[in-house]
Amino acid sequence: MSGRRGSAARLGLMALPVAFFAVFFAWPVAAIVARGLKVDGVWRFGRIADVVAQSDIRHVLWFTTWQALASTALTLLAALPAAYVFARLDFPGKQVLRAVVTVPFVLPTVVVGTAFLALVGRGGLLDELWGVRLDTTVWAILLAHVFFNYAVVVRTVGGLWAQLDPRQEEAARMLGASAFGSWRKVTLPALAPAVAAAALMVFLFTFTSFGVVQILGGPTFATLEVEIYRQTSEIFDLSTAAVLTIVQFAAVGSILAVHAWTVRRRESALRLVDPSVTARRPRGTGQWALLAGVLASIAVLLVLPLAVLVRRSLDGGFGYYRALGDADGGTFLVAPIESVVNSLEYAAAATAFAVLIGGLAAAALARRDAGRLVRGFDALLMLPLGVSAVTVGFGFLIALDRPPLDLRQSWILVPLAQALVGVPFVVRTMLPVLRAVDERLREAAAVLGAAPWRVWREVDLPLVRRALLIAAGFAFAVSLGEFGATVFIARPDNPTLPVAVARLLSRPGDLNYGQAMALSTILMLVCAGALLLLERLRTDRTGEF
Amino acid sequence: MLLTLDAATVRFGGRAVLDAVGLDVAEHEVVCVLGPSGSGKSTLLRAVAGLQPLDSGRVLLDGHDQARVPAHRRGVGLMFQDHQLFPQRDVGGNVAFGLRMRGASKARQDTETGELLELVGLPGAARRAVAALSGGEQQRVALARALAPRPRLLMLDEPLGQLDRSLRERLVVELRELFGRLGTTVLAVTHDQGEAFALADRVVVMRDGRIAQTGTPLDVWQRPADEFVARFLGFGNVVPATVEGTVAVTPWGKVPVPEGSGQGTRTLLVRPAGVRLVAVDAGLPCTVAARTFQGTHVTVHLQPQDGPRLEAACTLREAPAAGDAVGVEFDATETVVLD
Repeated sequence: MSGRRGSAARLGLMALPVAFFAVFFAWPVAAIVARGLKVDGVWRFGRIADVVAQSDIRHVLWFTTWQALASTALTLLAALPAAYVFARLDFPGKQVLRAVVTVPFVLPTVVVGTAFLALVGRGGLLDELWGVRLDTTVWAILLAHVFFNYAVVVRTVGGLWAQLDPRQEEAARMLGASAFGSWRKVTLPALAPAVAAAALMVFLFTFTSFGVVQILGGPTFATLEVEIYRQTSEIFDLSTAAVLTIVQFAAVGSILAVHAWTVRRRESALRLVDPSVTARRPRGTGQWALLAGVLASIAVLLVLPLAVLVRRSLDGGFGYYRALGDADGGTFLVAPIESVVNSLEYAAAATAFAVLIGGLAAAALARRDAGRLVRGFDALLMLPLGVSAVTVGFGFLIALDRPPLDLRQSWILVPLAQALVGVPFVVRTMLPVLRAVDERLREAAAVLGAAPWRVWREVDLPLVRRALLIAAGFAFAVSLGEFGATVFIARPDNPTLPVAVARLLSRPGDLNYGQAMALSTILMLVCAGALLLLERLRTDRTGEF
Repeated sequence: MLLTLDAATVRFGGRAVLDAVGLDVAEHEVVCVLGPSGSGKSTLLRAVAGLQPLDSGRVLLDGHDQARVPAHRRGVGLMFQDHQLFPQRDVGGNVAFGLRMRGASKARQDTETGELLELVGLPGAARRAVAALSGGEQQRVALARALAPRPRLLMLDEPLGQLDRSLRERLVVELRELFGRLGTTVLAVTHDQGEAFALADRVVVMRDGRIAQTGTPLDVWQRPADEFVARFLGFGNVVPATVEGTVAVTPWGKVPVPEGSGQGTRTLLVRPAGVRLVAVDAGLPCTVAARTFQGTHVTVHLQPQDGPRLEAACTLREAPAAGDAVGVEFDATETVVLD
């Protein structure tokens, strides 16, 4: 294929994703930054220094950073042994447990916050048993972050670990290295980039944490994202919010740059083998103790909070669930249960958008002739994961409210915002699979007479169909749980599940609290159901999440 | 001419992988491109197939320039080095792929697939999974798949490269017979001279993106064009020489050469069969450094007192042991003056 035709095809594939990101990401974010920093048509960059100099803002910056560092360290500490156990040990129920571990990651942050409130908050399990409350301390936030990101480490590190050829270590043993020495010299260096990548992901997620901190942080603790929300919707100080958005943008940009670098290093040639051949039954007390310890920590850290959430929602039978059907609670214009239907509809539409946009982008990025520009776009696609969702949501309101694009009254606004978060997952899931399709299979089809689109249909599609379903599932789960942007743009008569939960929690009274628990439980079941369906589809080699 | 390459050139980052290659392949001819890895022979096939654009020069099929014809419309077949069978399709689905792309009816696909599988010695294998095939079976399926759309030119990239020796020798004969029967025009590339000589009507030796020699297998074997070709064919006894009449002066002393050989400063090749072992005092004195058993004969590695090592071929019964002292004489009929 000639170079010119190749780049034409690439531009064709890129056109829609680029347009989508320009209109629904770059423009709203730019609009809100301009609104905050432009006074009478003049840019006031001095505001940045002013805002950052304020002591309360510095406090927020400091807290955001150290809680993210602490959360990352705790997550690694808890999850690295689990990564080993899942990669190298064989035990009954491993498949089910692997799915269970992944459930928290696809849970909406609001549900995670609520679950920990039920565990360590006022009237929570610990409060009842020992009179211990953690919801006023930073520990609640840190534990919730560990809960949420455990799977990131197990998946990223464990996935690679399972594919490292044990014979590499055996080769080192034959050359005279001790058991620990060969692990340190051979396995650890091979794992290091994956550990770094996982740590960066966790840092990124916790640095931009919103739902969890909003619910568990109370008035004391605020991350940048929470502060942006407060400045925008409570204090109406747009210029401070704009500065904070820029600060977060810069921080996330540099984290992603490092991430892209480690991903490239991870792709460096490692000898990978089928994960099913590397695990074996635990041997010796050390391995049995490790397995037991990991199982116990999963029970306490991951299963217990969810169990408590379900139990809370069932206080007094199904009363809270029945109350969800009444509109007279006054919190909403409609019965809270209707938010379930809204959420499912929005998430379905968002999934369709995300799969279309992300699929096209992944196809463009997977092309062998993809140049520097296209790879830069790869990093750009990841930005919505880290840029303040609150900013995006608010940006939608002020940028898309007049012709030529007046979408304020349109239902499509919510799924568009949710699709932004879904696209990075679709790209990251599809890309490795598309790249793994042997170029010569495509050439073989071409030589046998298949035109380019036919090659895609006959060779690529059958090989990536599974990855496509998995990508769609992830997009659906994150769309369902999206909170930061949706909280701004969901109309009061059409709330989504997470928005409804947050609103119920913000009202006083046991009935509202119980209803929030009940709604969270429903949301959890929907997400877990979607995930378990995916687990049946996926193999360990598929995707990076 | 069915295929003509006209000064075909491909550069990878400034380095010419194909350097102004000119080549003609006539209808029903079986041509084998022979060369070490990195000599550009696979690139040659990809350029003809339309998978690799030329930087300059032309590829013509039946006299028509193919520059603007994409790979799927060239009507040539390519059997890939590692077969590249589609893992998600069964054997029949792989073989029928090309027919399907050309819109053949289901009934025709089934009949032709059945016939082809019979032809390659896998009757009734259509529903088998590709993953369950052995290396030799995969090779046969790949061949059937490439033949199915009746390509006007069939190209083979290291067709037998991954198979074990006995299977290779059997398949080479089978392929040769099959191509003869079908009248297929074939362009194959390989690094294995045995494979090339057994398969081809004509052999093309490549070096660094250029054609070093072309001719019948016998031509090339008997008269290598230069030192590179001679060494690539496995000949070790190659030395600089000054030729005067029928005598060449070499580091091994005077060596007789056939009448009519090129004169002056040349390169001389002595085939192992032309190195005769005699009594120590009768010829060039050498020590036997090693001997390697070749099946039909023994190669004896000889170290003269000065000058490069010599290889001699002799029967197992006559072969001296390592460490023996022997004399060497040369046979004019087995020496070739190169260049």
